[in-house]
Amino acid sequence: MSFIIDYYNYWIVVFLMMTGFYIVISANNLVKKIVGLNIFQTSVFMLYITMGKVSGGTAPIVAEGVTLYSNPLPHVLILTAIVVGVATTAVGLSLIVRIKRAYGTVEENEFQNEDDAI
Amino acid sequence: MFEQHLAALPIIIPLIAAPIALILGRSLLTWGFATLISAWACYASWHLLLAALSEGSLSYAMGGWPPPWGIEMRVDAANAFVLLAVTAVSTLVLVYSKNSIEKEIDSAQHPLFYTAHLLCLAGLSGILVTGDAFNLFVFLEISSLATYTLVSLARDRRCLTAAFRYLVMGTIGATFILIGVGMLYMKTGTLNMLDLAERIHLADGNRTINTGLAFIMVGVSIKLALFPLHAWLPPAYTHAPSAVTAFLASTATKVAVYVMIRFIFTIFGADYVFREMGMDLILMVLAIVAIFKCSYMATAQSNVKTVLAYSSVAQIGYMVLGVSLVSVTGLMAGLIHIFNHALMKGALFMAVGAVFYRVGSVDIKAFRGLGKQMPLTMAAFTIAGLSIIGVPLTVGFVSKWYLVTAALEQQHWILAFLVLAGSLLAVIYIGRVLEAAYFQSASDDASAAEVKEAPWLMLIPMWSLVIANIYFGIETSITTEAASSASEWLFQNSKVLEVSP
Amino acid sequence: MNLWQGFEPGQLIALSILVPFIGALLVVATGKTPNLRETVTLSTAVILFTIVLAITDLVFQGVALNLQVIELFPGLGISFDVEPLGVLFALVASFLWIITSIYAIGYMRGHHEVNQTRFFCCFALAISSVMAICFSGNLLTLFIFYEVLTLSTYPLVTHAGTDAAKKGGRIYLGILLSTSIAFLLLAVLGTWSLTGTLDFRPGGIFAETEHKGVLAVLLVLFCYGIGKAAIMPFHRWLPAAMVAPTPVSALLHAVAVVKAGVFSILKVVIYIFGLDELRNLETTDIMLYIGAATILISSCIAMTKDNLKARLAYSTVSQLSYIVVGALLASSIAAAGAALHIATHAAGKITLFFCAGAIMVASHKKNISDMAGLGRQMPLTMAAFAIGAISIIGLPPMAGTWSKWHLAMGALDADKLLIVATLIISSLLNIAYLLPIPFKAFFHRSNEAQEAWSWSQTKEAPLPCLIAIGVTSLGCIVMFFYPEPLIALINLIPDVSTIGNSDG
Repeated sequence: MSFIIDYYNYWIVVFLMMTGFYIVISANNLVKKIVGLNIFQTSVFMLYITMGKVSGGTAPIVAEGVTLYSNPLPHVLILTAIVVGVATTAVGLSLIVRIKRAYGTVEENEFQNEDDAI
Repeated sequence: MFEQHLAALPIIIPLIAAPIALILGRSLLTWGFATLISAWACYASWHLLLAALSEGSLSYAMGGWPPPWGIEMRVDAANAFVLLAVTAVSTLVLVYSKNSIEKEIDSAQHPLFYTAHLLCLAGLSGILVTGDAFNLFVFLEISSLATYTLVSLARDRRCLTAAFRYLVMGTIGATFILIGVGMLYMKTGTLNMLDLAERIHLADGNRTINTGLAFIMVGVSIKLALFPLHAWLPPAYTHAPSAVTAFLASTATKVAVYVMIRFIFTIFGADYVFREMGMDLILMVLAIVAIFKCSYMATAQSNVKTVLAYSSVAQIGYMVLGVSLVSVTGLMAGLIHIFNHALMKGALFMAVGAVFYRVGSVDIKAFRGLGKQMPLTMAAFTIAGLSIIGVPLTVGFVSKWYLVTAALEQQHWILAFLVLAGSLLAVIYIGRVLEAAYFQSASDDASAAEVKEAPWLMLIPMWSLVIANIYFGIETSITTEAASSASEWLFQNSKVLEVSP
Repeated sequence: MNLWQGFEPGQLIALSILVPFIGALLVVATGKTPNLRETVTLSTAVILFTIVLAITDLVFQGVALNLQVIELFPGLGISFDVEPLGVLFALVASFLWIITSIYAIGYMRGHHEVNQTRFFCCFALAISSVMAICFSGNLLTLFIFYEVLTLSTYPLVTHAGTDAAKKGGRIYLGILLSTSIAFLLLAVLGTWSLTGTLDFRPGGIFAETEHKGVLAVLLVLFCYGIGKAAIMPFHRWLPAAMVAPTPVSALLHAVAVVKAGVFSILKVVIYIFGLDELRNLETTDIMLYIGAATILISSCIAMTKDNLKARLAYSTVSQLSYIVVGALLASSIAAAGAALHIATHAAGKITLFFCAGAIMVASHKKNISDMAGLGRQMPLTMAAFAIGAISIIGLPPMAGTWSKWHLAMGALDADKLLIVATLIISSLLNIAYLLPIPFKAFFHRSNEAQEAWSWSQTKEAPLPCLIAIGVTSLGCIVMFFYPEPLIALINLIPDVSTIGNSDG
């Protein structure tokens, strides 16, 4: 039991990751694929953020009487990764807009049959 | 100034130039600007290679923060060699692109093309030069995002779905790398590659590190389109504008192969990855399957760009095969093939792009009779095609020679035979195009009769690559020395870890 | 030779390769004026022959000729080194190039072929690569120019541009390229990784190699990798290549290309394996009997062919295996016979092909069954055909006698009675499929021609063709009565002797 509770943050990460991955693979709608991709990426953000936590540590701001800080580096890293994720989402969504204009649909199965799209 | 910041220049120059290219706005002006910028980056990387060869390796602290706290740029023979190839091809492709994109990209989007191209170049240079594992991910995403945009610029609407598929798979791949790097950080508390290497070695077979290795290898394999994770590559290369395909085919996947080599040899250590985790067998099997399956797929396509795209996946198989042999010669063969394949695929896709420019189609039927109508373009295609096959006196032969030598060194006779037999499939898929061009007459309609030779601005970069194909096929000492010193360097640094406590 | 005295010996090698190459360029340059173009071809051929004669002279004087061009890999590059076997082949090829050029002029014009400039250009390129093969100093050089030869002859095979020609070309290129890449290159690389050298050395380079099993495999790889030697089952390209114009079939597929194949095998056997090493390999006998089987089977196939060129093609397949068998017998007499057979078979077979082409130009007949009574129209051609046929069969007073004699002696020398029997049966088969052709032509009357024969009835091929046919058929006879220079040359080859070694 402690195997689950002690590592609860990792279980959340794994659950989110699999959810996102499953949506990317199974969703027919391109927007949903992007949503899935976001969930997938978010799980990794969680992974990074939770690993920076030092038990008993506070926010990494120098203050009197505090000796134990959480590790700020993963948070900083993940800030970058979030930016990358947002950019990816933006590119993906703009592609979807253009696909909608060109094909008239964002459902994968519909344009697959129209011409040899993918 | 130039000397001092040399290691950062190939990244910084195109990165700063990219938004300027967008502001310049006018097509011709932007073209000249982007080409000059790329040429400058190429010049800088030439100096970097010289410096790396004479000094072993260069370290540059980005922003003045010394490693391991700051981000380190680290240049050695291996990445300087690939960097030079990437920046040189980029420059040639930019020269080529002026005419090519006229036909394939809406004129309003021309500045966007140059911007995205420069961003992609900055990202690729960054991947090559950086000495920081997380930074590598960031640069990977910069180049990938630029690539998705580049692919989607074509007029053909199918490029959109191809770009979307590329985006989904590419993001999954990059995220896998991110997870893997996170795992490594969890265990080691550092992101600097050299630090990582030392501490991974001390951790000695920890489960977190094993998992990290698995995530990173899968992620990189998606990026480099290793069979069976290559599904994004053929549609993306087929439907992207020709200039983009020429650039990507000869750089992006090569850089990903470099990333794989870097992770295996510098960070994890060849001993750990191959002997303890048994990756060599996995990679070897996948590479062999890639060579045969994808060469076979290439023989069955009617779109010549798709033919070449599948051929690229097969050729990546050769590079990975070289790595999987776990020997100095094998790694050297892989590195040489990274460089050589950039030369041949660049020339081939440029020739195909020139055909599209004049004929408006790249179906194999469109090639009929082109041997007479576009003699120079088809001659370039022929020589580069012979190079893919591995005919002597071309670079392809040099690659094959070292790869087979490496296989025979370890008494892998079957493997040597398979490598050579794989090139027979190349004879078929290149031969089909050549037969159409030289032995079938053009269709009768009037439009076909007016097909002329491609413009000079397309022929010059194309033939530069073709001549490089022959030059480096005869004067092999330059590539061989660079690749062998890179390979030895990588192995030594892998082995140092083996003996150190 | 006085003509080339001003040149260094090494430069002569370069010249022998460059002269036909420059000739090819000049042919393209002068393509607009056919007469000038043909003059270029002829004079190039003559110049080349004088160069080869000069090289021959130097070899007899014992001067070592070699030339390093470039280093492709550390310790390995393109290099040339003249040795007697190569000189023999170069002599044959360059002399017959002159004759074939004369013949080709008559044939191509008489037949109104198109794209003649491309034809003569590729022809010269092919000769250039043959010269490079002759004088190659290591296996890598041999391999490279072997491939160049394949590629440069491909446009010649598909010259007609018809569907049949393309199909033939595809088989030609397919078999030759795939065997050479999959087997020959592997064998070359295997040799390189075993010994660290690819140089041709007297006595072979495998003396210190322990892995005899690997060597046995290498021998098979070499034999099949050199697809131009047309050992069954990789012989299909040779009949397929017969769609080419007859001068191509004549020079390239009776002399240059196929002889480049068997020459390579001889060279590998003598200078890479060494005859002594060869004797101890397990696969030598297997390949030997496959060669013997090729001799018999393709002779049988030849009998079933009615198309004259196809019959000659299968005859060539069979005759090539004589040379392979001679090489693999691993006896010095047999190797001498094999070397001699390169020259004698070339003269005989080229005569036959010339005749086939002449018949096609003059009477447009391709099938043997239509040739009854043709001797009345083309007496000279048919007489030459008879001479060539007798030489191939190996009866005196024709040149083929000598090579078959030495081959048979070599087989006896090596105690391979089965091979002796093969040679005898094969000669009988040769008689059965070659001699009926001139016999029918002279002694069967076609229905319409009933009146007495006179010269006015003749309808011979163009004069250049006749001259060429005359020279080569004369060559068959001269080589019988005056074989000493050839034999002297062959005896210069290390380990090879027409009188046999004491230990052989």
